Amino acid sequence: MLVAESISKRFGGLTALNDVSLNVKPGSITGLIGPNGAGKTTLFAIIAGFLRPTAGRVLFEDRDVTTEPPHRRAQLGIARTFQIVQPFAGLTVVENIAVGAYLRHPRRADALARATKVARRVGLGAELEKPAASLTIAGRKRLELARALATEPKLLLLDEVLAGLNPSEIRDMAPVVRSIRDEGVTILMTEHVMQAVMSLCESVYVLSEGRLIAQGAPQAVCEDRQVVEAYLGRGAAARFRPAGAALA
Amino acid sequence: MYAPAIVAEAFLNGLLTGSVYALIALGLTLVYGVLHIINFAHGALLTGAMFAVWAAHAGLGLDPYLAIPLLTPLFFALGYALQRFVIGPASHGSESNILLVTLGLAIIIENALLATFRSDTRTLATDYGFQSVEFGPLILSKPRLIGFAAAVLVTILLWLVLAHSDTGKAIRAVAKEKLGARLVGIDVGHVYAVTFGLGCACLAIAACLLMPTFYVNPRVGNAFVLVAFTIVVLGGMSSVPGALLGALFVGVVESLSGLYFGDSLGQLGIFLIFILVLLVRPTGLFGAKA
Amino acid sequence: MTARDLLPIAVAVALTALVPLFVTTNTVLNFLVLVLIVALAAQGWNILGGFGGQFSFGHAAFFGTGAYATAILQTRFGVNAWAGFALGVAAGALAGWIIGYLSFRSGLRGSYFALVTLAFAEVFRILANAAEVTGGAAGMLIKLDMRPANFQFASRAVFFWVALALVAAALVLTRGIECSRFGARLVAIRENEEAAQALGVDTLRTKLAAITLSAGVTAASGCLYAQYFLFVDAQIAYGTWISVEALLAPIIGGAGTAFGPLIGALSLHALGEIAKLFAGRVPGIDLALFGCLLVAAVAFAPEGILGLARRTRPRLKPAAG
Repeated sequence: MLVAESISKRFGGLTALNDVSLNVKPGSITGLIGPNGAGKTTLFAIIAGFLRPTAGRVLFEDRDVTTEPPHRRAQLGIARTFQIVQPFAGLTVVENIAVGAYLRHPRRADALARATKVARRVGLGAELEKPAASLTIAGRKRLELARALATEPKLLLLDEVLAGLNPSEIRDMAPVVRSIRDEGVTILMTEHVMQAVMSLCESVYVLSEGRLIAQGAPQAVCEDRQVVEAYLGRGAAARFRPAGAALA
Repeated sequence: MYAPAIVAEAFLNGLLTGSVYALIALGLTLVYGVLHIINFAHGALLTGAMFAVWAAHAGLGLDPYLAIPLLTPLFFALGYALQRFVIGPASHGSESNILLVTLGLAIIIENALLATFRSDTRTLATDYGFQSVEFGPLILSKPRLIGFAAAVLVTILLWLVLAHSDTGKAIRAVAKEKLGARLVGIDVGHVYAVTFGLGCACLAIAACLLMPTFYVNPRVGNAFVLVAFTIVVLGGMSSVPGALLGALFVGVVESLSGLYFGDSLGQLGIFLIFILVLLVRPTGLFGAKA
Repeated sequence: MTARDLLPIAVAVALTALVPLFVTTNTVLNFLVLVLIVALAAQGWNILGGFGGQFSFGHAAFFGTGAYATAILQTRFGVNAWAGFALGVAAGALAGWIIGYLSFRSGLRGSYFALVTLAFAEVFRILANAAEVTGGAAGMLIKLDMRPANFQFASRAVFFWVALALVAAALVLTRGIECSRFGARLVAIRENEEAAQALGVDTLRTKLAAITLSAGVTAASGCLYAQYFLFVDAQIAYGTWISVEALLAPIIGGAGTAFGPLIGALSLHALGEIAKLFAGRVPGIDLALFGCLLVAAVAFAPEGILGLARRTRPRLKPAAG
């Protein structure tokens, strides 16, 4: 569905991404994890079209979209949320979502109906007419999700939708994400909350300092020595390994 | 077309004009660099300063050059108060609000001056207004040479203040990293106001240097403000040396294109440069980066 | 857009249309026509600035292009005044598209966009002041020939109704924008351009459409001005006064609302007249007051007079509702 081929991105002298490739299978929930500053958000921006890679290609459904602007990619079926939520503060919740719904429904009545439906879906049904600025963090994360969902994407890029939520809010949100996938939307998500990644994702890519250091099933990746060291520092893998266990 | 001496004279005159432009643009650059706002009231404040010079001369018989030590602190205080008590609180920190508030101030100042002084154009009569200095075949106006020297001096002085004084360091800290500056205990609101005050002080000096050879009416600032914006944009929005270079460049362009195309079209050249620079390279020609 | 959306407009316009039946003094009618002309220019600004959040400081560029185009076409090429009006609107819209294309393509926003529009207006002013076709600094007169076929009316009341009809058309246009996908996208750009892009909004195209419409409406106001005073010069057509009024009226009245520009234009000019009454013929006193109002509005009433009136009631929906 989505293939990133040898993506590199340099900002001046700084290499944010170095030869990163990934492949998201249709109907999957794929995770993209890594410590702060690993380049996750940069990679997301490149996939969604907000940044151009210095080298490499982005293919969506076998079509090269590397040079397509963000709105074209949205039309093709790639939607994204922002890590730092970006509500249209002056608009109500339903109007916010309608901006996304207008992509497939040019008529106002249809777009508003669609927006209302999506709002109910993510649990914002009671706050349709509230100004977006009045929502809590959890509410804004839901709004972020709802707007992206309203564009009726094939691929949904979720940039830390769970970050900043408390454990009970995460418990509420995780089933929503899973149900979106169950309706046929492929999901690529970056996440800090490891527990959520473990339970939601079928496959995980790990970025560290702009490089891909591991990929595979969540359980296997978590036991990977390089991954543990990327998160916890050099030597940590050995120290945390239960005594007597064989090296992987 | 023209004799080399005439072109050379126009070139030098352009440099002289440019030096005063530099002073005007410096205030704008400083405010942009630190507060990250475009001060639309800059031109109107300059008009105010020029009327102050005129009034001091007409009412108190004060020589424009002697008005410098009087008006500079006065305008510093005015600028400080404007930022601290009007622009800052009224704009709630949003860029478009600042734009509108400074536009509002510009309208108020310009029309208050119009109401007070009416639309007549006024000039100052000094005994040195028309004196000139000869350099071989070139004849240059004496007050404008004085203006050039003073403007360069003030620019260097300002640069030294920014580089070496504690206030200057605080200003640069706030310009670079507002939040960090606040965390180490710098009063950002105060620094903003000081910066705005310095910008206005520059205007007061520019007005004193301009008045012996220039005229004033309530709209005179408009002519300068777009020139000053052009310079600031050319200079890369927040660089002091960039503004100086940009100002001299604009002065020369204006003077030469005035020589070849007439005065009103000479101004056109400046606006076209301004538009081109904005469209092609908003980070400026002479500045490192915005 | 439904009948319910249009009802307030119909009522307001119908009531206003009755005014010349009761007021017959020329001074008052003059005042009202000028308010309508300014309101129309402001309605244009409101499309781009109020809904799209792109603050132009140079709408004089469009006002003047409309005024000059209609004047030049009539006096130099013998074009009929009504055709001249239509072409003037088209010329203004074209100027808007060109300026928009140049600035938005270069990614100019916020203060930079304000500056570049201001500079374009000044360039136009200097050119009009120097060129031969515009009559240079002397300006140009449209030949007096009071016949409706010439867009000239012996009765000021009739001109008032014509101006009102144009303002009404702009009101309907604005309401249409409010209730459309285009309007929702425009407001989304105002609120957050990046988020709008992510939701599939072609921001360049949307902003270009907005500035073209905006310039066309403001150009219509310029044409109206030319037909009313039958005189145009660079200071009037491309002067900062109209750039400032086109921006002030929506901000004072309520930017991004259909009626904001009208309420703003009427309040400003009514206040200006009152100020003149008290201060006598002191020039600039009305504008100084406008400046104070602008600062006060930004500080205390960011949603303008309409916003103030609405604060006591539950929030109305500005865009998609």
